[in-house]
Amino acid sequence: MLSLLVSKMSIARQIAYSMLIVLFVSLLSFAVNSYVGYHVVAFIYLIAVSLVAVLFDIVPVLITALVSALAWNFFFIAPYYTLYVSSPEDAIFLMTYFLIAITGATLTYRIRRVERRARDREGRNNTIKLYNTLLNSLSHELRTPIAAVMGASEILQTNKTLSKTAQNELITEIAKAAVRLNRQVENLLNMSRLESGFIQPRADWCDINELLHAVVMSVEENGIAQIINVAVAPDFPLVKIDKGIMEQVLYNLVGNATQYTPANSIIDVIATISDNALSLIVQDNGHGFPQDEIDKVFDKFYRLRHEQTGGTGLGLSIVKGFVRAMGGTITLQNRDNGGALFTISIMVEVSYIKNFRNE
Amino acid sequence: MNKAKILVIDDEVQLRKLLDITLQSSDYNVLLAADGREGIVIAANNRPDLILLDLGLPDQNGQSVLKKLREWYTNPIIILSAQSNEEEIVMALDNGANDYLVKPYRTGELMARIRSLLRRGSTDDLNPVITSGAIVIDLASRLVSNNGVPVKLTVTEYALLILFARNEGRVLTHQYLLKEVWGNSYISQSQYLRVFIAQLRKKIESDPNRPKIIVTESGIGYRFVAS
Repeated sequence: MLSLLVSKMSIARQIAYSMLIVLFVSLLSFAVNSYVGYHVVAFIYLIAVSLVAVLFDIVPVLITALVSALAWNFFFIAPYYTLYVSSPEDAIFLMTYFLIAITGATLTYRIRRVERRARDREGRNNTIKLYNTLLNSLSHELRTPIAAVMGASEILQTNKTLSKTAQNELITEIAKAAVRLNRQVENLLNMSRLESGFIQPRADWCDINELLHAVVMSVEENGIAQIINVAVAPDFPLVKIDKGIMEQVLYNLVGNATQYTPANSIIDVIATISDNALSLIVQDNGHGFPQDEIDKVFDKFYRLRHEQTGGTGLGLSIVKGFVRAMGGTITLQNRDNGGALFTISIMVEVSYIKNFRNE
Repeated sequence: MNKAKILVIDDEVQLRKLLDITLQSSDYNVLLAADGREGIVIAANNRPDLILLDLGLPDQNGQSVLKKLREWYTNPIIILSAQSNEEEIVMALDNGANDYLVKPYRTGELMARIRSLLRRGSTDDLNPVITSGAIVIDLASRLVSNNGVPVKLTVTEYALLILFARNEGRVLTHQYLLKEVWGNSYISQSQYLRVFIAQLRKKIESDPNRPKIIVTESGIGYRFVAS
């Protein structure tokens, strides 16, 4: 942790800190020199070099090794306060010190480099794994409708004896495939907008009642088998949010609910506000989510283990990304009597100007 | 009656072809241009009744083509955009586009927009009586009725409704509405607009939660739909 922190420093800064360490060790050695003798001082310097080797890059470490050798010579080897070494014994000591310092430093540095490479490789492997998951689900989700379009149009072109009914069915398949492709492309575009940090919410005054009904209406246009209820207090204030993004979030949540609940299920879309805390709830009375998977459903590419309906596993992660981009949070829980309950919480500006009877 | 002439400016050959077939099958004369320069030349020589302009052109920015056209071209222009970027669309509407559609759009929707704009363009004088559903707006006598029953509107509500009715079928941006009804200094006071739209809908829509007369164009503005 510390070494991660330190490795972000510039080299100049690392050298400065190394020199401070050498200075500190020199002062310390002055204090203890008379008790332990100057040979032990060399070991204290070595500890300093090792410390620097663990923390910093190779250049500061080599400089520290050199400077500490010079400092040891200058302050502690007779004659003092010169770089001159009078006895051959001390010269050998000095050489040995320098060699040990350099070798130790270099070895430490190498070990750290190997460690870092292993870490990088692990990160890369994780990325590759994620990428493979994406490729698998995408190639399925994109190629299936493309195959339908190519297949259907080819038969229409080549087989001139097709019955009118068969022709119509093929044309319907092409249309369905286009809708499916469009949805996946939309997902991918949203994902890349989120990943690139391109999404910048622009909050403006929004009539929540209008927003919720608009979302429900556009979900209902897809032809659904469930009943959707909207609950908003008649005196609900205007709130400042990015309506476009919130609309997509709610559309995805309500759309999901219609996809994964049985016919005649009841889906509620509820808005409440207390002071500046806006809560938007999408709940259904379907089967809910497997309890052990609830924490994972917002993860990118995560698909429920027993779900057969396919999908890229992008929908809910986009929802979460959008909500976070707006500065809000989203949670999922199962309701007591079954069914899923999504809650979006977000702090908003509120305006209660509602009636202008005389204007 | 002469067939209406529609100019399509789009660099994608597939989409040009598709629009060519679709429009011809609905009995329009079709002109095609592959880029902005060609589009402007054809528009100048042929005076089409309506232009479909793709915003993403290879040779020049669609917005600047739009501006150049609007220096002299007064008939309707519908923008076709591959991006659902609200700012881009609002800018195009401010630059004089009458309507927009985001790709992929439904052909039925496109044809409805074209019909609506051509219908408006064909009468020089405004129709003094505009109807939408059960609502009848008599501009001359300043009376609004719902199923024959007079509707009481405040001054601002009436001003808003008239502005919509005069621009039937056309998307009016939030800024435009605020400027026209409340004045320049209110251009950022969108909360007024939200409140009055809600009030107005309560008075004229049969289900204010599912508006059919004043329709929301999310992030952009509102559109008055006549029947």
